[in-house]
Amino acid sequence: MNKYTVINPHSAFKVINTHVHNVDGVAKVTGRATYTFDVKLPNMLYGKILRSPHPHAKIRKIDYSRALELPGVLGVVTGKEDTLGIKQGIWRRYKDLCDEQILPVDKVRYIGEPVAAVAAITEEIAEKALDYIDVDYEVLPAVYEPLEAIKKEAPEIHEGFERNINVTRHIEWGDVEAAFEEADYIREDWFKCGGQAHMCMETRAAVSSFTDGKLTIYHSNQSPYYLQALMAGVLGMREGDIRVISTYVGGGFGGKFELDGAIFCSAVLSRKLHRPVKIVYTREEDFIASKRRTPMFYYVRTGVKKDGTFCAREAKVFTNGGAYTGMGATALYLTGFFHSFPYRWKGYRYDGYRVYTNTLPSTSMRGFGAPQAMFTSEQQIEWIAADLGLDPIEMRRKNSHYEGYEVPGQATIASCGIDQCYDEIKKWIKDKGKLPANRAIGLSACGFMSGGIFNWFDTPYAFSAAMITINQDGTVELFVGAQEIGQGSNTTLAIICAETLGVKMEDIKVHSGDTDICPPDLGAWGSRQTLMTGNAVKMACEDAKKQLLEFAYAQSGFNIVYDLDIKDRWVHAIARPERGYDYGELVKKALRGKDGMKIVGRGYYTPHRKGMISPAYSYMLQGVEVEIDEETGKIKLIDSLTAHDCGQPINHLGLIGQLEGAFSMAAGYGYLEYMPYEDGKLMNPNLVDYKMIRATEMPQTAVAEIDTYEPEGPYGAKEAGEGLTNPTAAAIGNAIFHRFGIQMKENPITPEMILKALKEKKEKEQEKKKGKK
Amino acid sequence: MEKQLLRLTVNGQEYELYINPKTLLVEAIRDHIGLTGTKRGCDTVSCGACTVLIDGMAVKSCSVLAMQAEGTEITTAEGLEKNGNLAPIQKAFIDHGAFQCGFCTSGMIMTAQAFLNENKNPTEWEIREGIEGNICRCTGYNSIVRAIDATAKGKYTEVKS
Repeated sequence: MNKYTVINPHSAFKVINTHVHNVDGVAKVTGRATYTFDVKLPNMLYGKILRSPHPHAKIRKIDYSRALELPGVLGVVTGKEDTLGIKQGIWRRYKDLCDEQILPVDKVRYIGEPVAAVAAITEEIAEKALDYIDVDYEVLPAVYEPLEAIKKEAPEIHEGFERNINVTRHIEWGDVEAAFEEADYIREDWFKCGGQAHMCMETRAAVSSFTDGKLTIYHSNQSPYYLQALMAGVLGMREGDIRVISTYVGGGFGGKFELDGAIFCSAVLSRKLHRPVKIVYTREEDFIASKRRTPMFYYVRTGVKKDGTFCAREAKVFTNGGAYTGMGATALYLTGFFHSFPYRWKGYRYDGYRVYTNTLPSTSMRGFGAPQAMFTSEQQIEWIAADLGLDPIEMRRKNSHYEGYEVPGQATIASCGIDQCYDEIKKWIKDKGKLPANRAIGLSACGFMSGGIFNWFDTPYAFSAAMITINQDGTVELFVGAQEIGQGSNTTLAIICAETLGVKMEDIKVHSGDTDICPPDLGAWGSRQTLMTGNAVKMACEDAKKQLLEFAYAQSGFNIVYDLDIKDRWVHAIARPERGYDYGELVKKALRGKDGMKIVGRGYYTPHRKGMISPAYSYMLQGVEVEIDEETGKIKLIDSLTAHDCGQPINHLGLIGQLEGAFSMAAGYGYLEYMPYEDGKLMNPNLVDYKMIRATEMPQTAVAEIDTYEPEGPYGAKEAGEGLTNPTAAAIGNAIFHRFGIQMKENPITPEMILKALKEKKEKEQEKKKGKK
Repeated sequence: MEKQLLRLTVNGQEYELYINPKTLLVEAIRDHIGLTGTKRGCDTVSCGACTVLIDGMAVKSCSVLAMQAEGTEITTAEGLEKNGNLAPIQKAFIDHGAFQCGFCTSGMIMTAQAFLNENKNPTEWEIREGIEGNICRCTGYNSIVRAIDATAKGKYTEVKS
């Protein structure tokens, strides 16, 4: 039942899954690519943001008169005097979840929150001016941990949110109690998952220029359309009067599609001072005042039969939401859904509570709640297999999703290669033979979505759109609202365009990252661009190609039963590929036939009738070989293999890059990266103390691509960008379990935790011995 | 502090700058000369995004004052390309997909170039150690290691112009 049955009908690709170079490559290796960080406009001012030193306080009064006296200072803005005080949020459909004023009018809720912004002729002067702004605060009691913040006596962070509960999510199917009744063995565990900084190499940055009632903003983000719409909302402007340009973006990872202080404050300053204003966050500002991966407390109860058949699961999650909602509400839903993945549960129940605290807001980050879900689920499953003496791979296999499976009330799985993933990893382990004594292998399975189908943003537009125009020489202008943030969407979409239209990569220019010329698109998040924008591009190219082939048919004189096609710029009858002519010639003729009007192709994509979450799901199983020093608790990653089903790969180099990059981020989440807070203050907001994977810590990252075909995806493709962030932390935990028999219920797994667990294990064993005597 | 006259040679071109003596080299290159290929990713000499070559050696340009670089030959990412021909290391980065967002790439390529100047037959581990001071948040480094390895093995040649 698990074997794939649909044969990919598009096997003879000219461009797809070949060795195609990134279309932005030359610009990036020569230093010519211009990021927001590099933008300099004539007459430009530099802005700096004054930030709250208190985790929770009322703003009584802001006096900036002394700052204005400094030579070179042009102006100061505050929430009360210079903004409409509109509470905004990315969940626009739900007013109560729009809870954040980027410059708060009367209250701050975390250390680092913007309080005022200043513009000066140099960055240095602006920075100095911050010291001359006097803010009178009334400090309020604060709370930092979700399990404290839900207590009755905890301080109220937002009015009207009882026990500081920001959002709740409930997912349930089957008769959960009855399914638990069927189980022979039930296990429950509590876990604590840490936060993580997106740590984009380019910090938050914006240059705003307000003139003649219109606003142009250069901004480092993942969705120019979202930023355009959100800015229009808070400034009381029309969307069409705001242009957002995001040509090159220095990383996103889920942290750059909400309003940030740089874009908002620079725009408010520019509107007040009628000059362009640039704001770039320092690395420290980026750590303390952007957003972060959601820390979670996870309770998991799982019931299985003696033979390893999964019966029921119940999960309760309390997340540290920080001060505002942001994308955190989506993460709360997705963690609950992907906690069930990739398995079939007769009964499943999830209750999630997102709790406000006086810390940095948490939001989406690559994996979007699923890394936490897998860290907890995949470790507990490994422990259950050990408890019951079952083979952990075979136990996973017998409970896994398969093609055609329906996650009750949630999703239908149209393509699924998880079964072959088990075979690949089994072989990899077998080929390794006996490992040295200080090493062990850990596994983790998971799946992920190919774009979300939810519309909490309340967009009236299609989720994705694309347009192409064809020049008289056959070169193609491809316009997409998808945002290139390094993941390679420009290249992937150009590949789909070249393949569909039948032209070469060098024929295509990709235009993205500019709301004035690109169609609206929800942007780069939730692993949506290959499938959703990819479908839109394919449709646009088919539209243009059809127009071209109409002319070709008309003049060919072929019998109507013959099909014409274009491949590699060669117009031909499919049955007689040798008889044809150059595509450029066809374009010129078609232009004459259209009275000189350019050929234009349009395409769009919005998912319909695809369940609750996503139109398609990727699957993967990852094995990681880990060396652990018993004396120091130090972890070293030695080797890895990821068996991966992303449907039909489109962008070969890009796919390898996504896999390896996700691995480094996920491994960092597993054992290095953490964000410790003391009294609401982040203790490591710099790259000396915030540890990440460096080149010497990275193991080999082999991949086994599983051949499946996803009917909803362009040419059978589905996501590859985020899902790969999900398995690694759990795989590292499972390796430690197999090495020492200790269970790591908190991440990042630090050497101290390992040594502590080893000590406790030793003490327990000694006690047991004593008891026997 | 009083401004001073400084002559800097960047990519073979001499620039005359009138700057505050405490100006960092990265600021002189980016803000005064206007070569924005060199980036800044931190304030703690940790990330390597600002790496340039000073007399062939890789230096984080946020760690030296512009004044200290007077009389040296500075090369930035913009200086590797000769008459429209990419340097071998640049070709290798493209061919191996050794960049994603591209923000660390200029610094990473300069570190790689300096490393290759010194190491003709590096092992994989030596390459990893050679680029340890540069953070890349996107790629996971392995494609960069492969690109440097292939360049060392002579897979990409320089076009003589």
